[in-house]
Amino acid sequence: MRKRYATAACWLLLIPYVGLLWVPFYNFHDPVLFGFPFFYWYQLAWVPITAVLTWIAYRSMRHDD
Amino acid sequence: MTTEIDPTALAVFIFFFLLVTVMGFVAARWRVPKTLAHIDEWGLGGRSFGTWITWFLVGGDFYTAYTVIAVPALVYTVGAYGFFALPYTIVVYPFVFMVMPVLWQKAKDFGYVTAGDVVYGQYGSRGLELAVAITGVIATMPYIALQLVGMTAVLKALGLHGEVPLAIAFIVLALYTYSAGLRAPALIAFVKDIMIYIAVIAAVAVIPIKLGGYENVFNAAQADFTAKGAGSLLLGGNQYVAYATLALGSALAAFMYPHTLTGIFASNSGKTIRKNAVLLPAYTLLLGLLALLGYMGHAAHLTLSSPNDVVPALFQTLFPSWFAGFAFAAVAIGALVPAAVMSIGAANLFTRNFWKAYVNPKVDPAGEAKVAKVTSLAVKVGALLVIVFLPTQFALDLQLLGGIWILQTLPALVFGLFMNWFRAPGLLAGWFVGFFGGTYLVWSNGLKPLQAISLGGAPFTVYIGLLALAANIIVAVVVNAAMPKQVAAA
Repeated sequence: MRKRYATAACWLLLIPYVGLLWVPFYNFHDPVLFGFPFFYWYQLAWVPITAVLTWIAYRSMRHDD
Repeated sequence: MTTEIDPTALAVFIFFFLLVTVMGFVAARWRVPKTLAHIDEWGLGGRSFGTWITWFLVGGDFYTAYTVIAVPALVYTVGAYGFFALPYTIVVYPFVFMVMPVLWQKAKDFGYVTAGDVVYGQYGSRGLELAVAITGVIATMPYIALQLVGMTAVLKALGLHGEVPLAIAFIVLALYTYSAGLRAPALIAFVKDIMIYIAVIAAVAVIPIKLGGYENVFNAAQADFTAKGAGSLLLGGNQYVAYATLALGSALAAFMYPHTLTGIFASNSGKTIRKNAVLLPAYTLLLGLLALLGYMGHAAHLTLSSPNDVVPALFQTLFPSWFAGFAFAAVAIGALVPAAVMSIGAANLFTRNFWKAYVNPKVDPAGEAKVAKVTSLAVKVGALLVIVFLPTQFALDLQLLGGIWILQTLPALVFGLFMNWFRAPGLLAGWFVGFFGGTYLVWSNGLKPLQAISLGGAPFTVYIGLLALAANIIVAVVVNAAMPKQVAAA
């Protein structure tokens, strides 16, 4: 059961690949946030999002070492 | 940009440079083992680095001085397209999280020091081992040379022209790496990263205020791009695929390099590596903000002799000279840490997969450490000679090819961790096709890493590294499937 949960959490790690490698999602100027065009703040926002997803995957794993 | 010597800036610079030099030599006594005369100790710091040291070490050799100079320079010149470094350094971590702890475990269990060791252990093929080891060494050499390009940019801004200051910095680096091994860059990385963080955070906070806010920064860049007729704040329609494939290909290649692998193998556990995959993106955030210094260069109306001067010129123009000296020291030290780890990674490869394999199979660990120390000196001298005697463009072109080359070692290094199906002849054939096919494509495109492809509709450009990797994998699968097992085993 624990193992299945861990595997599911690892699938979360595919999300950043979709969000960042599919350029049509974010190649826009608007909306602007704090002066940053969307293209820039969208990609910067994926830094903390990816870190959180990786952290969830980390928490779900058994660490034998 | 002024190139007169500024005494304050130079004094601050020299102070920090001396500080890390002392630290480099003291490092031999840091977390000291019974003996440094063992390649595990000299070349991997005894495989004992915990979460924090690994974070500083991997961060320090992955985000290099060349990055600090070149990413903003590229963004300054071409705009959005240069920003691919950001998605690249994000998607690299899920890959590190899934793959590198498995690789670490294998290296730990069998005492592997290099990628070549892992491949030889898995497939028992000297040919494949040699292919992986040679690829690692020749991909790393120009990378070290580029660190010197980064250092030259700040030395020039300090008013230090010519090759002598560069050579002095490098000889100092070579000596403490020789005596302390991986412990030297690991210890210096603390100072380097804290300095880089201070410099960059100050830059991204203070410069936009002086230049009228981020909105103004982006507008100024847009105005310059429009006036110039080149570059843009957004990607053009034909750049989508190039942007995404460059990001993905670079991410897959990043941890195939000997220096990043050295950082991985030096960790004390797989858990440490996973934790670092969570924590290392903090550097990526910094890199993203740093890239925007390219646009700030437009807003500050700098006149530059080369785009590589954009970061030094910004510091020089907008900050007091003591802080500029501090920032330049951060960049120069930022060149030393990765250059040291790179030369150690290349030296480990030479020692384990060439010297031990062909010259002296009976060499003991102390002998290995000795060969590796001497090789690390030779590697650094080689990189210095490249920069002094060959045009910078040569190192840049080689570095670009190096990324494509190192990516071709991925199937041999990674696939065996998760499945037992592949055998050496298929992987070697795949490597051969990927390596030489990729090189040929880059060559025939005038040393550009992109290949135009047309599938009926509008043509688009793809990163050649990824194309070559696809060819590599297809050939490996076909040869492996076609070859009877008995023949391969014989």
